[in-house]
Amino acid sequence: MNPEDIKRPENKVYSKPELLNDTPMHYCPGCSHGVVHKLVAEVIKEMGYENNCIGVAPVGCAVFAYTYIDVDWIEAAHGRAPAVATAAKRLNPENLVFTYQGDGDLAAIGTAETIHAANRGENIVIIFINNAIYGMTGGQMAPTTLEGQKTATTPYGRRVDLNGHPLKISDLLAQLEGTCYVTRQSVHTPAAVRKAKAAIRKAFENSMAGNGTSVIEVVSTCNSGWKMSPAKANDWMVENMHPFYPLGDIKG
Amino acid sequence: MKEEVRLMKGNEAIAHAAVRYGCDGYFGYPITPQSEVLETLEALMPWETTGMVVLQAESEVASINMVYGGASTGKAVMTSSSSPGMSLMQEGISYIAAGELPALIVNVMRGGPGLGTIQPSQSDYFQATKGGGHGDYHLIVLAPSTVQEMADFVGLGFDLAFKYRTPAMLLADGIVGQMMEKVVLPEPRPRRTAEEIARQCPWAVTGHPAGRGINVSTTLELDSAKMELNNIRFQETYRRIEENEVRYEEHFTDDAEVIFVAFGSVARICLKAIEDAREQGIKVGLIRPITLWPFPTKRIAELSHRVKGMMVVELNAGQMIEDVRLAVEGRVPVYHYGRMGGIVPNPQEVLDSALSHFPELKK
Repeated sequence: MNPEDIKRPENKVYSKPELLNDTPMHYCPGCSHGVVHKLVAEVIKEMGYENNCIGVAPVGCAVFAYTYIDVDWIEAAHGRAPAVATAAKRLNPENLVFTYQGDGDLAAIGTAETIHAANRGENIVIIFINNAIYGMTGGQMAPTTLEGQKTATTPYGRRVDLNGHPLKISDLLAQLEGTCYVTRQSVHTPAAVRKAKAAIRKAFENSMAGNGTSVIEVVSTCNSGWKMSPAKANDWMVENMHPFYPLGDIKG
Repeated sequence: MKEEVRLMKGNEAIAHAAVRYGCDGYFGYPITPQSEVLETLEALMPWETTGMVVLQAESEVASINMVYGGASTGKAVMTSSSSPGMSLMQEGISYIAAGELPALIVNVMRGGPGLGTIQPSQSDYFQATKGGGHGDYHLIVLAPSTVQEMADFVGLGFDLAFKYRTPAMLLADGIVGQMMEKVVLPEPRPRRTAEEIARQCPWAVTGHPAGRGINVSTTLELDSAKMELNNIRFQETYRRIEENEVRYEEHFTDDAEVIFVAFGSVARICLKAIEDAREQGIKVGLIRPITLWPFPTKRIAELSHRVKGMMVVELNAGQMIEDVRLAVEGRVPVYHYGRMGGIVPNPQEVLDSALSHFPELKK
C-alpha cells in the first residue's frame, strides 16, 4: 500500500490542538507541563471558549504559558495569580478565567492569595502543577518537596526538623466552603492523561456554572530538577509522590 | 442624580466620586486613616446601581494585584491604602507601571517609618514621586489639599491614567482624608461599555474576540535589547507627561520676597500664615504643586529669579525640598520647616520659621 493513500482525514487519529501554537516550547523533554498545556488548549477549544477565555500565567517554569496557548493572558507577579484572576473574572464574568501555577507560586509565596480566592469561592479554575521542586530557578526546595528529597537547597535531603513538612495544599483547599471541586491528577500514562483532561473539563464547567473555585493539582515530574531521565522520573513519581499525594477527587 | 453639594470627609468623597466617575472596580484592605473609602463604597452598594465591583481583599498585596488584573482587562480600577499598606503594594505598582496599565492608587499618608502612627504625614513623598517599587518608572502624582480636590482628582487621575496608560496616584495626607468640608460631587456618568473599552483600550485582555490578535498583559521581556526599548518607550511617555501635565497653584507670588512651597493640607496652613504675614506688611507668597510628579520645576525656577529665598514646609524631614533645590539650582537659599510623627504645624510656627531664616522680611 502506498503511504500517501493512508494520509487521509478519516484515518487521522491525532492532531495538535488548534490553540497550541507553533512556538517552540522551552520545557525540558520529559516535563509534564507540555502535556498539561496540550490538555488545557484542547478543552478550551472543545468547550468553545477560545474567544471568551483569560488565562493567568505564574512566575516559575510556566511563566511563558502565554506564548504557547492562543488565548488572552495576563502574566501575574509571583504568587498573585489568584488575586489577578479574581479581578479579571469579577469584572469580566462572561469569560472563562483560569490560573496556571506551580507549587512555589501557589503553595509558598502565593499561599494567602490561593486560600482567600478559594475561600471566597471565586469562579475561577486553578491548575496547579506539583513537581515538588523549583524548576525555573534551578531545583531548590518547594513547599511540596518530600521528606528526604534532595534539592539544591536541601542537598542532604529535606529534613522536617529544619524545613517543615511537605504541604498538601489541595487537601487544605478542599476544606474551604468556597471550593466546589478539588482533584489530584497525574499525566504519566495515557489513562492518567485522559482522566486529567476530564478533570479540566469538569472544572471549566463548574467555573462557568458559577459553582465556585475548582482546583486541579497535577502531580508532575521535573526530570531536570530531579536529575533523572524522563522514564526514571515517572517511576520515581509513582513510587514516591503518589503515595504521599494520592490521585483522585478530594472534593466534588 | 445630578451634581450634588454635600458635607463629608475626604475619604468619603473619594468613594462617591469613584462611583460617579463610572469606576469599574475597587479593591482594598482596611487601614487607618483611609478605611472610610472602602466602608463608604460598601455602604453605597454600587454593584446594585452602576455594576461597579467592590471587594475587600485579604491584604494590600492582593488588592494591588487585583488592580493589576482588572486594569489588564481595560477596566477603570482603583485601590486605596495608607503608608504601611502602600509599602506592601510597591511590587504590584511597579508591575502596573511596567505593564503600561491605567489605574488609580490612593495613598492617605500617615506617619512612619514602620507601623508609625495613624496621625497625618507627608513622609511618602519620595516613595510616590521617585518610583517606590523596583525599576525605572514614575507615577502621575496628584496632591489634593481640599475635600473638593479629593473628589475631583479621582476623575482627573483616571483620565490621566488612561490618556498615558500609566498608573496615577492620589497622594493625600491624613488631614485631607479625615477632615469634613463642603464638596460638590460631579454628575454621575455611566461605566464604559465593552465596545467603548475595546475602542479605547485595544490592548486590553478581554478574552480574544474573533477578529483581533491575542492580547497579553505581561511585564516580562528576557531579550535585553527589547527590554531596553520598552524602557525607552516608558521614558518617552514620562517626558510627554512632564511637558503637558504639570499643575500648580500660586498665591501672592507677584510681589513676594520669599515664597513658601507646600503641598496638600500644609499648603493651606502656609496660606493662613501668609495672610497673617501680609497684615503685618510681610511680603510672602505660596506655590502649591498639585502634581508632585511631574513637578513644577520650570515655574519654581522662574520664581527663584525674583525672590530672596524659598521656604519649603512639609510633614516630613525634608523630601520635596530636594526637588525645589534642583529647580532653584542654588540661585537663592532654600530652607525647610518640617514636623514629623503625625504633628501638624500651626500658621504661627510656619511664619516664625520663615522669619528666622529671612529676618529682613520684618523690616
